Amino acid sequence: MKKYIIQSLRLTGVLMVLLCIIYPLTIAYIGKFTPGEGAGEKITKNGKVVGYALIGQSFTKPEYFWGRPSAVGYNAAGSGGSNKGATNEEYLKQVSDRVDTLLKYHLYLKKADIPADMVTASGSGLDPNISETGAIMQIKRVAAYRKLSDRTVAELVVKNTEGPLFGLFGPSKVNVLKLNVALDELKK
Amino acid sequence: MNTELLGIIATYALTLLIGIPLGIYLAKMFAGEKVWTDFLKPLEKGIYKLSGINPDESMNWKQHMKALLMINMVWLVYGFFALIYQDKLPLNPDGNLGQSPDLAFNSIISFVVNCNLQHYSGESGATYFTQHFVFMFLQFVSAATGIAAAVVLFKAFRDKTTTNLGNFWVFFTRSITRLLLPLSVVVAIILAFNGTTTSYEGKDQFISLQGDTVHVSRGPAAGFVAIKHLGTNGGGWFGVNGAHPLENPNYLTNMVEVISQVIIPIAMVFAFGYFIRRKKMAWVIFGIMTLGMMLLLVPTVISETGGSPNIAKMGVSQLTGAMEGKEVRFGPTATAYWSTVTTIISTGSVNSMHDSAMPLTGMFQLIAMMMNCFYGGCGVGILNYFIFIIIAVFISGLMVGRTPEFLGHKVEAREVKIASIIALLHPFIILVGTALAAYTVTNFPDADWLVKPASWLNNPGFHGFSEMLYENTSAAANNGSGFEGLGDNNVFWNVLTGFVLILGRFLPIIGPVAIAGLLASKKYIPESAGTLRTDTLTFGVMTFVVIVIIAALAFFPALTLGPLAEHFSMIK
Repeated sequence: MKKYIIQSLRLTGVLMVLLCIIYPLTIAYIGKFTPGEGAGEKITKNGKVVGYALIGQSFTKPEYFWGRPSAVGYNAAGSGGSNKGATNEEYLKQVSDRVDTLLKYHLYLKKADIPADMVTASGSGLDPNISETGAIMQIKRVAAYRKLSDRTVAELVVKNTEGPLFGLFGPSKVNVLKLNVALDELKK
Repeated sequence: MNTELLGIIATYALTLLIGIPLGIYLAKMFAGEKVWTDFLKPLEKGIYKLSGINPDESMNWKQHMKALLMINMVWLVYGFFALIYQDKLPLNPDGNLGQSPDLAFNSIISFVVNCNLQHYSGESGATYFTQHFVFMFLQFVSAATGIAAAVVLFKAFRDKTTTNLGNFWVFFTRSITRLLLPLSVVVAIILAFNGTTTSYEGKDQFISLQGDTVHVSRGPAAGFVAIKHLGTNGGGWFGVNGAHPLENPNYLTNMVEVISQVIIPIAMVFAFGYFIRRKKMAWVIFGIMTLGMMLLLVPTVISETGGSPNIAKMGVSQLTGAMEGKEVRFGPTATAYWSTVTTIISTGSVNSMHDSAMPLTGMFQLIAMMMNCFYGGCGVGILNYFIFIIIAVFISGLMVGRTPEFLGHKVEAREVKIASIIALLHPFIILVGTALAAYTVTNFPDADWLVKPASWLNNPGFHGFSEMLYENTSAAANNGSGFEGLGDNNVFWNVLTGFVLILGRFLPIIGPVAIAGLLASKKYIPESAGTLRTDTLTFGVMTFVVIVIIAALAFFPALTLGPLAEHFSMIK
């Protein structure tokens, strides 16, 4: 029995060197050669960092495309979903309020034009994407506030839509931050 | 065919393409035959030498279990104190506090038992020291513990009659050096090149496009995420786990993560068959497990892609399915696939919030954990399935009037008793835990804990009950996912699930190994015309029926009160 205790302690120590020091440092070193050098890929506008490509941010101004509702207000210090169940009355009221708000800002929309992702909170609260439909429904509003033609904005949406993986697997999506940066840069 | 469906079909095909050859490799490697990873032998020799281990010393099943329990005890004690005093230890760039004793008790047990229930949030509840030297360390070694225990069982059925079951430390060390570590490096590199962070810089701050100041938690997550999946651990670097964009940046990483969590459980089935030189048995077990998975997967995908009936009533379009708690980059189909995989095996990592899934989806997640043997966790999946095999052998033996035998060894009262106790333990701890919780919520709503029972539940009615049932089921199955709306960081849940976790881990490991050890020491009876063959499809179906009946009888009433009641109240 005593033999097993000593073996356990020594083996634990040896494995810690391998698994908790050598392994993560190797990965950290390799990570330096990745696009964001391992610290997260950043998005810049005029040379200034305005966010991370993968972290969604809150957009409330009418001249920007909006992202999905977030249970943590896009505070990336933490993360979280709403964890509301499908039959929760209070939650359903909230979703229906979001639908009304969207309709108020987009008078040209019918309810059926609104995709579910625009009125439901994401799992992480930091979802950087919206669906293609979610972007298309906002085109007219953004164009009006920016005094641009619908076509110009629509072209930008198409350019910023990422298709399925290898054109085959998974959904297509729009990165809201990248799209908005592209919009801002258009103005110049 | 739509791209989302095509995505999960490709994912499963890739899983088999990797998992099956991996199993054959594992059989050879653990048997000590020549394999291409033999160049790692010097590393292993070094590890044995530094640890004072003689790799040639053989153990019987009791010695195996002593070694296993001893090293697990060392980790429990060490980790508990490391978590409490993490604020005083180095590598704490974000200045996080130490964990409270009850939280540390829960966290350390949950990582030692390969569950990763996580009543803390990675961004604020752990430091870089504890993330590495406690959590990530345990993700490797707890997976290796499960695999090593399974190999002991394999060894028992390889030879006719034997008490020599190999050396525990060798099985354990090789699980790490020849399997978990190399695969983790590969997965971590793929993740890193897709955007998962690897650097040790702490929180960052920037001004958003709209002018808000935003803080971002980061950290060396890639290595952690790789082993959390390969080792069926599931504990996230960040609070929301695989839903976090830095843990799981795109559809490709989602495929890689969901594939990596199930390849070892599938490989272990084939390793078993090839190790004991009964390939047909591996295919039968694999077939039954796959049937079980498909019966859960298909209705889950249908229920999620169908969307929420309540939101449909509002007139909103649910083109691809229900979206609450899900990420756009994965879509409902891949999310449903992940939720099935993560609950049939014991990973418990999530790429969506299970609390917000459709009620029936929640039920399938619960059933998957209640059965806990369709592929199952690293090593422990095949151990759990073995228990049902023994029960099936016994029942079918009674039905056809033959002496129950398994692989040439008589299955007698002692083995059947152990198997029955293990099979019944699972429903017992789940239902008793849930009953205790429900009783506390009803009778002591104002108890003075960190989270008062009155505010535990994030959702009213049937769904609230499901939240408590899920937490106990997840703990007992050593799964680690949760209906995360539950206010679980308080003394009641930390202590309750702490005990559920530990009961749900070690007895289901010791039981099957004990049965295997006892059987292996019995006289070998050559197969004859009178033998009930256990590698036939008929016997496979028999095992499946046993699993379903045990789960159905034990859990149906609880499921009726939770997800089923919620579903029918929703569609009425």
